Amino acid sequence: MKSCLVVDDSKVIRKVARRILEELSFETIEAVDGRDALDQCNRSMPDVVLLDWNMPVMNGLDFLIELRQTPGIQQPIVVFCTTENDLSHIKIALEAGADEYIMKPFDREIIEAKFAQVGLV
Amino acid sequence: MNSEDFELMRDLLKTRSGLIITPDKVYLLESRLTPLARRSGLEGLDDLVAKIRTERNEELITEVVDAMTTNESFFFRDKNPFDAMENSILPALRESRADRKHLRIWCAAASSGQEPYSIALIMKEKWEMWKDWRIEILGTDISRKILDKARRGLYSQFEVQRGLPVQMMIKYFTQKGDLWELSEDIRSMVQYKELNLLQSFDGLGRFDVIFCRNVLIYFDTDNKASVLDRMYEHLAPDGSVFLGAAETVLGITNRYKPVRGLRGVYAPTDAEGNIAPAALSLTG
Repeated sequence: MKSCLVVDDSKVIRKVARRILEELSFETIEAVDGRDALDQCNRSMPDVVLLDWNMPVMNGLDFLIELRQTPGIQQPIVVFCTTENDLSHIKIALEAGADEYIMKPFDREIIEAKFAQVGLV
Repeated sequence: MNSEDFELMRDLLKTRSGLIITPDKVYLLESRLTPLARRSGLEGLDDLVAKIRTERNEELITEVVDAMTTNESFFFRDKNPFDAMENSILPALRESRADRKHLRIWCAAASSGQEPYSIALIMKEKWEMWKDWRIEILGTDISRKILDKARRGLYSQFEVQRGLPVQMMIKYFTQKGDLWELSEDIRSMVQYKELNLLQSFDGLGRFDVIFCRNVLIYFDTDNKASVLDRMYEHLAPDGSVFLGAAETVLGITNRYKPVRGLRGVYAPTDAEGNIAPAALSLTG
């Protein structure tokens, strides 16, 4: 079973994402911000990270940059999932090392399609 | 809905579009036609059926057929057919058509354009291979309204996220407010034409590839056979037909056989019922 770390400061979004991911047979872990997500990755690296952008303490972009600069780890697939839906944010995310990008709101079909694009489903 | 009204709508839809509505699908009539009834200033579905029965208003009938036959589409739907197209069918055609450098592809139920544009995007991504070729991609659909949307190439945020890789999205789409517009470069690769699959294909010419996915599933066996047999007449002997994941030719026509290893892809057969020699290159 593949594992997915859902990083979002919204409890509702985490709950919705968890439900969809569990339907897609992912073991789901949650983090409330980028710092929490880094701690989770240090403990156990997930196969994929579903990552919000705007969060307190550490935002998604800073988390991604730090993750991608960490040497000697098995780099997970990172899929942004954010309300930032303009082209400039998408390009910044891809340059920082995101593999896919989901613009909120999302549904099961979008997550499934995007995960299929990166070979997860 | 009473049985007389149901029978009227069932017969109308079958005659006009081939769509089969069984009694257990009455909910589809209600969910799709009630909004149309309200838009037309009517109380509900019963009034809509009464108006069709008494007036035989062609404009209204066209809208009914549109509402019942327009189905959701998305880019690279099911992924596998497009992988087969990119990795097997197109390379085989590139070799076999090297002398004339001309390809013709038909998407027979193009809906809002995502399928023909997905094929165009595959080819554009490897444009070095195709730049001196004449590529014709034809998208047909029974609904004029949905073809207008296809021609515009404007998609919602939801539509561009279903199946389209983000790298392709930022490369070929421009953000227009809440919508995403496909580049003129890709749109110009696809031509659209209104076509009812129950009617003649005369004038379409011969194709190297036909996509006819997720439409025959709504037809009865006679109409499935009729469409597939007439498509055969418009398919090159080494061409291929793509059907939807839940569709098959088995028990419907012997004019095609499945291409081994490529699920949903069918090659035309010869008079003996074997895959035509010219198409064997597809089977590896």
